Amino acid sequence: MTKSIEVKDLTLNFGSVSVLKNMNIDVQEGEFVVLLGPSGCGKSTLLNCLAGLLDITEGQIWIKGKNVTWSEPSARGIGMVFQSYALYPQMTVRGNLSFGLKNQRMPKDEIDRRVARASEILQIGPLLDRKPGALSGGQRQRVAIGRALVRDVDVFLFDEPLSNLDAKLRSELRVEIKRLHSKLNNTMVYVTHDQIEALTLADRIAVMKGGVIQQLSDPQTIYNKPSNLFVAGFIGSPSMNFLHGKTVDGGKAFHFGDHKIDLAGYDGGAVLERDQAILGVRPEHITVSHDAPAGPSIPAVVEIDEHLGADSLLWLKAGTKELCVRVPVEGRLPAGTKVHLGLDIAKASLFDNKTEQRI
Amino acid sequence: MADTALPMTKSAVVPSGTKPRRILSGRNIMLYGILIVVCLYYILPLWVMVMTSVKGMPEVRLGNIFAPPVEITFQPWVKAWSEACTGLNCDGLSRGFWNSVQILIPSVILSIVVASVNGYALVNWRFKGSDVFFTILIFGSFIPYQVMLYPIVILLREMGIYGTLWGLVLVHTIFGMPILTLLFRNYFSSIPEELFKAARVDGAGFWGIYFRIMLPMSLPIFVVALILQVTGIWNDFLFGVVYTKPELYPMTVQLNNIVNSVQGVKEYNVNMAATLLTGLVPLVVYFISGKLFVRGIAAGAVKG
Repeated sequence: MTKSIEVKDLTLNFGSVSVLKNMNIDVQEGEFVVLLGPSGCGKSTLLNCLAGLLDITEGQIWIKGKNVTWSEPSARGIGMVFQSYALYPQMTVRGNLSFGLKNQRMPKDEIDRRVARASEILQIGPLLDRKPGALSGGQRQRVAIGRALVRDVDVFLFDEPLSNLDAKLRSELRVEIKRLHSKLNNTMVYVTHDQIEALTLADRIAVMKGGVIQQLSDPQTIYNKPSNLFVAGFIGSPSMNFLHGKTVDGGKAFHFGDHKIDLAGYDGGAVLERDQAILGVRPEHITVSHDAPAGPSIPAVVEIDEHLGADSLLWLKAGTKELCVRVPVEGRLPAGTKVHLGLDIAKASLFDNKTEQRI
Repeated sequence: MADTALPMTKSAVVPSGTKPRRILSGRNIMLYGILIVVCLYYILPLWVMVMTSVKGMPEVRLGNIFAPPVEITFQPWVKAWSEACTGLNCDGLSRGFWNSVQILIPSVILSIVVASVNGYALVNWRFKGSDVFFTILIFGSFIPYQVMLYPIVILLREMGIYGTLWGLVLVHTIFGMPILTLLFRNYFSSIPEELFKAARVDGAGFWGIYFRIMLPMSLPIFVVALILQVTGIWNDFLFGVVYTKPELYPMTVQLNNIVNSVQGVKEYNVNMAATLLTGLVPLVVYFISGKLFVRGIAAGAVKG
């Protein structure tokens, strides 16, 4: 596999404010990378840097083996799709699609051929002679994708393309983008704050915070083995349960309140003995039972039962600690029920309290 | 149908017939009374001017300024346009009119073109110090014109265009710059930035984006700028009298010279006709583009 995008030591300062800090990413050809993070984490800024819409302070950007750090956006071989669609309101859909090609002084029959191909892929043929004002949100976003498509480039940049759409359209277009990717096999960099989009679309996810990439890995790893507390808490809804305690017995057990939890089977590094550690367990990795099981368990009381349709969320209280557990519908329990919780240690994550890194 | 109609007929308090309305309520008398008084206040001077301008001098001398003319004559209009004397010249306002047109057209075009490009660059192509540049430009609009009258005389003299039409055009362009730039900058900054970014990705350059993306979206603000500049430059007196020579005086200066001439009889009818003629151009511009003007103002043109 060859590298499609290489970001080397990229730093961006706005005045004295450091927005992106010493960033390094390699994106393979045909890969779908999602930049995920809360607002203000610099993910859109990074995308704008890749597109050449922002001048970076330090570092280099390579696209397709070419140093494009100081190239014009149009010369980088990228297509970009924006959150607000950014269609030119005075032009028809056809005009929007062909605007960039006309700027390249491409022959007319080639423009027509490309517009026809894009409109066929995106099924916007009947809309070609309409103005953007006469289109629905979903149609506008298709046209915006088409505008990137006609450029026939290797790298697509998406800046929160689905955020302005309603939930139903969003899931439809999400699938469509996925289909588009498998069909065209372009490199795609996709910015979003929606973790569902990230988890479903990405080959790899870069979770960002404060201008730094916290973890860059495939969705499975991000979800199951978050590299630090932030990633663990940010990914997953409802978020991971965090138990504050310490590791004892040479790292073989976790002490939480009065309870001792055996760490046998923990999938990670050497636990060692730590005075302060955090055990993170996802809501679906906790089992609920009426009777105390043979292994280690934590007694708790059901406070609220949230029914979600396919499954149910139990909000419990273990001592003073609040926990959330995802149970199948038949496992629903009325409030006030006393239960015992079992933790699936093999799927849990242990974090150092100071460094907040996964152990 | 029957289900929904039933409760309607049962209800006893369905209003029927025309709603009684008191035309002479206290509120209405107050409202319309004030409106009529205000209207009269604005219309009367115009009425007096128009009536006087179509009366002959004997009738004007009778002093009934509000009375309609007994005998309508357009002689005062003809005289104001082509025969009224200012000093040695006796060719009326016509000379001033054409001078004004020659000053107006290049000044308006030049100032709007430069200011719109300024505003566009200040919003979308920010450069180091662009904010400082803008602040200085805006500061310019607070400096009283009178302060700069003499320095500009010297500047124009050194450039060799003092007393020419082009000198005055340059002055109008410069003095229109702060407010027009502000106007365009605010309008362009209301256009989504992503549109500009998309156009850059599409390979359009500075002028490509300006002409193909920004201009077609900006008709309302151009109309606002047009109206501001046409009325402002047409009504200008000070610059016209300072920076041109008598044979190049704009219409306003010519009007003043006709109205204020101390020789002979005061021909009120001619003066009125001359004044109306001078005011005609801004009036026409307002009537033609008033609707667009309002739309442009509403489109965020004047928001801070």
